[in-house]
Amino acid sequence: MLAVVAAAACGAAPKPEEVVRFWGLGREGEVVDELLDPFRAEHPELRVEVQQIPFTAAHEKLLTALIGGAAPDLAQVGNTWIPEFVVLGAVEPLDPWLERSSVIRREGYFGGVWETNLVDGRLYGVPWYVDTRIVFYRTDLLDAAGCLPFPRSWQDWLECMRRVVALPGGERFAILLPTDEWAQPVVLGLQQGATLLADDGSRGAFSSREFARAFDFYIQIFDEHLAPVLSTSQIGNVYQQFAEGRFAMYITGPWNLGEFRRRLPASTLEVWGTAPLPAPDENWPGVSLAGGASLVIFRSSERKSAAWQVVEYLSRPEVQLEFYRLSGDLPARVTPWSDPLLADDPQVAAFFTQLGHVRPMPRVAEWEQIATRLFERAEEAIQGAATNEQVLAGLDRDVDRFLAKRRWVRGRQGGP
Amino acid sequence: MRRRLSTLLLHLVLIAGAVAAIAPIAWMFAASLMPDGQANAEPPPLLPHPATLNQYRALFARLDIGRPLLNSTILASAVTAISLLLNSMAGYAFARLRFRGRDRVFSLLLAALVIPAQVAMLPLFLMLKSMGLVNTYLGVIVPGMASIFGIFLVRQFALSIPQELLDAARVDGASEWRIYRSVVLPLLRPILVTLGVFVFMGTWNDFMWPLIVLTDDSMYTLPVALANLMGEHFQDTELMMAGAVVTVLPVLILFLAMQRSYIEGIMMGSLKE
Amino acid sequence: MRSLHRGEARAGWLLAAPALLVIAAFFLLPVAAGFALSVTDFDIYSIGDPDLVRIVGAANYRTLFSEPLFWKALKNTLYFVLLGVPATMGVALAAALGVTSGVTRLKPVFRTVYFAPVVTTLVAVAVVWRYLYHPRFGLINGFLGFLGVDPIAWLADPRWAMPAIVLLAVWKNFGYTMIIFVAGLQAIPEQLYEAARLDGASAWQRFRHITLPGLAPTTTFVAVITVIGYFQLFAEPYVMTSGGGPVNATLSVVLYMFKEGFRWWNIGYAAAVAFVLFWIVLAVTLLQTAARRRAER
Repeated sequence: MLAVVAAAACGAAPKPEEVVRFWGLGREGEVVDELLDPFRAEHPELRVEVQQIPFTAAHEKLLTALIGGAAPDLAQVGNTWIPEFVVLGAVEPLDPWLERSSVIRREGYFGGVWETNLVDGRLYGVPWYVDTRIVFYRTDLLDAAGCLPFPRSWQDWLECMRRVVALPGGERFAILLPTDEWAQPVVLGLQQGATLLADDGSRGAFSSREFARAFDFYIQIFDEHLAPVLSTSQIGNVYQQFAEGRFAMYITGPWNLGEFRRRLPASTLEVWGTAPLPAPDENWPGVSLAGGASLVIFRSSERKSAAWQVVEYLSRPEVQLEFYRLSGDLPARVTPWSDPLLADDPQVAAFFTQLGHVRPMPRVAEWEQIATRLFERAEEAIQGAATNEQVLAGLDRDVDRFLAKRRWVRGRQGGP
Repeated sequence: MRRRLSTLLLHLVLIAGAVAAIAPIAWMFAASLMPDGQANAEPPPLLPHPATLNQYRALFARLDIGRPLLNSTILASAVTAISLLLNSMAGYAFARLRFRGRDRVFSLLLAALVIPAQVAMLPLFLMLKSMGLVNTYLGVIVPGMASIFGIFLVRQFALSIPQELLDAARVDGASEWRIYRSVVLPLLRPILVTLGVFVFMGTWNDFMWPLIVLTDDSMYTLPVALANLMGEHFQDTELMMAGAVVTVLPVLILFLAMQRSYIEGIMMGSLKE
Repeated sequence: MRSLHRGEARAGWLLAAPALLVIAAFFLLPVAAGFALSVTDFDIYSIGDPDLVRIVGAANYRTLFSEPLFWKALKNTLYFVLLGVPATMGVALAAALGVTSGVTRLKPVFRTVYFAPVVTTLVAVAVVWRYLYHPRFGLINGFLGFLGVDPIAWLADPRWAMPAIVLLAVWKNFGYTMIIFVAGLQAIPEQLYEAARLDGASAWQRFRHITLPGLAPTTTFVAVITVIGYFQLFAEPYVMTSGGGPVNATLSVVLYMFKEGFRWWNIGYAAAVAFVLFWIVLAVTLLQTAARRRAER
């Protein structure tokens, strides 16, 4: 109701039957259509059309559409993509809208997650749901290995992994770290205090002492055969393998809460738990990444005020909670977390703890490309084809090249 | 006796080859008629049990595959019609009309045949973007309106049109356009049918360009829609097979109906030297 | 007659003009523009602000040749071509001999069946084959299991992913090549075979000394178009291995170009990749034709 009043106060009374085009990604795209029904009832003058884009092609499709001048009014986007859209000048700065809003307040959100939407101090997106990485583990196997309660430091964690592998009963790995995912090495780096990039995001800083320490730890896990050298597609069915006890731990995100509950056989349903990440020192929990999806409004939109109403509606605490009910996506706002639905769920609780300790990725347009290169390069170290130092030096060279244009543009603008 | 044996062996090999060629297509049809989850079994079942049209119902009712089906039909038809007109005019001109520079232009065109289409794609995308044609039907149609291969094919065929026939028409006072319309076009009919089938199938089956230039799912052609569907419904084998059938069936039928002229076209296209 | 001739010339240009304009505007001009782009650093910044573009000369090409991923893509593509072209041509030639043999019954049926994969939509059959290659539920491992072969993780195993794509390509394309071989076989005069038979030549000798030389021009043509086509490998890995996996084992040059261009929007760089592809294709084509000319002399 507040949103309606706020919109009316802006004096932006929408014309009858305005069409607002919304692009949703993956399952959220399906769910949001249903989620928006009450909004549609509140706003007979607006027609919200939802288009669903599969997550795998979303980044490409969205950029092609933006560049081709075929952008929708608003969209759900991965928050690491926002800097790219800013470079294109495609997304609307939201600070003026935020100032007038009574629904959306910065204080209501997890700090690290809110930050991911800021580029050079300006707000370009409103966090919709959050994503971070924690550990999913087999309680029975870790118990048998004497690892519980879940380790809180890297040292204990490593010990635990060794004990899990030593358990009798078939070939087993302690932890699954898919070699085509960048999140795991990046998170370990963040825990060591690595900045990933240097000089205001214009150079790679992967050879830094902080990142190198994390990378050594990451590679050591493979060297000791505690993790299988497999990419996501090579693993096949993760859920089946987890159920069979082929690996006991898995660093992954909130979407797998739902997937684990849906896909694990009944026999394993009771024997898994979640834990925040261990820390390299005594400052438990170790930090994790601030991921998730945000809602952005495109500059080309002629219905920004209507689009903002949709954003505000989807940001209401009760709608966020309903969204969780429908999709399993974790609310970006803090208040819904006190609802019993979330608060009384032990497997979700670890996420709440972790979300208090998250850091954003470097906010540069080239981040996706850098992150992709990170795991491609890391594979050389995992395979033993190059030393860790060589790999990180090579990575920094690549990254410096990716960022060459950014350095030039910054220099031209006389920026920092 | 040895001869009989080798004949028998030859047929066995030919039949084995035929089974291998047809098996993937046959399994696609079979799996598309299976109920949810049936295809995921060990050993893989070959026939649906019971056969159901549920996957097709889901495709058309829930996933709206009718829309890409319509898009593909419109686009393939439009490209076929336009390119037949343009290629037949040019092919005839290069074969039978005498004008300065004709042979040089034609050999330049032939030389351009070795340029992979991908070389043009990035700039073409930027061009169409500045013309506002990204995510429009025209964006797909425009690059296909004429093709070097089409001109070549028509020209090869038009070379067989007797010069006397054209000269006689000129003496009768027919205009050049009239000659093309009423004398040449009817004679070109067989090759135009062939070329039409070629272009229709080529456009229908094309993937990379529509993937790049179409962004809105209501504009997708079948191959793009199918690749898109794969992202969300990879687990639903039977549904994906039904989608593959919807994509393949129209061109398969067209091929079976027009087999002869299609295959003759390939043979003609290969008589390059 | 003179004025007639002039009318004819004008008509010639007028009739050819629309098609030529389309080809010039939407193919040749972009190709030229592509070359121009390849010496710039046109990228996502330039799209956002057209002032942010620099002429960088050969820098894109230098980067390209020092980029391991490009070499990987090139190696994969060569592997695909070297394995796929001979396999396709071999199967096609065998099929062509089979369906033209004097003793074969039901020739048109075999011809149609062999040709059917050619007309199918590549994306659709790539989807179908992705399931055929499923390690547990796929028909191919099912069949191999029947023969006592252990299951292969076709598309997930870096060693098998490219051969799997080659197999699909051979299945999809051999029918086309077969038809061209059939045309070539029919062009060999029957008398040559008659004479050889009278001389007591065996079937193998007839094949070796009449069929193969008689097919030489066809073979060159087929080799050229198949090589050109196979260098453009794209849709199969895009659909089957989610864009070049596992660990880039099926990343092709065109896929690499697509990713650089339409995923990271490094358009200048991607244009350089496209041109390298062009030069390679041109070089291979010239080489093949030259080899053929020498063989003829």
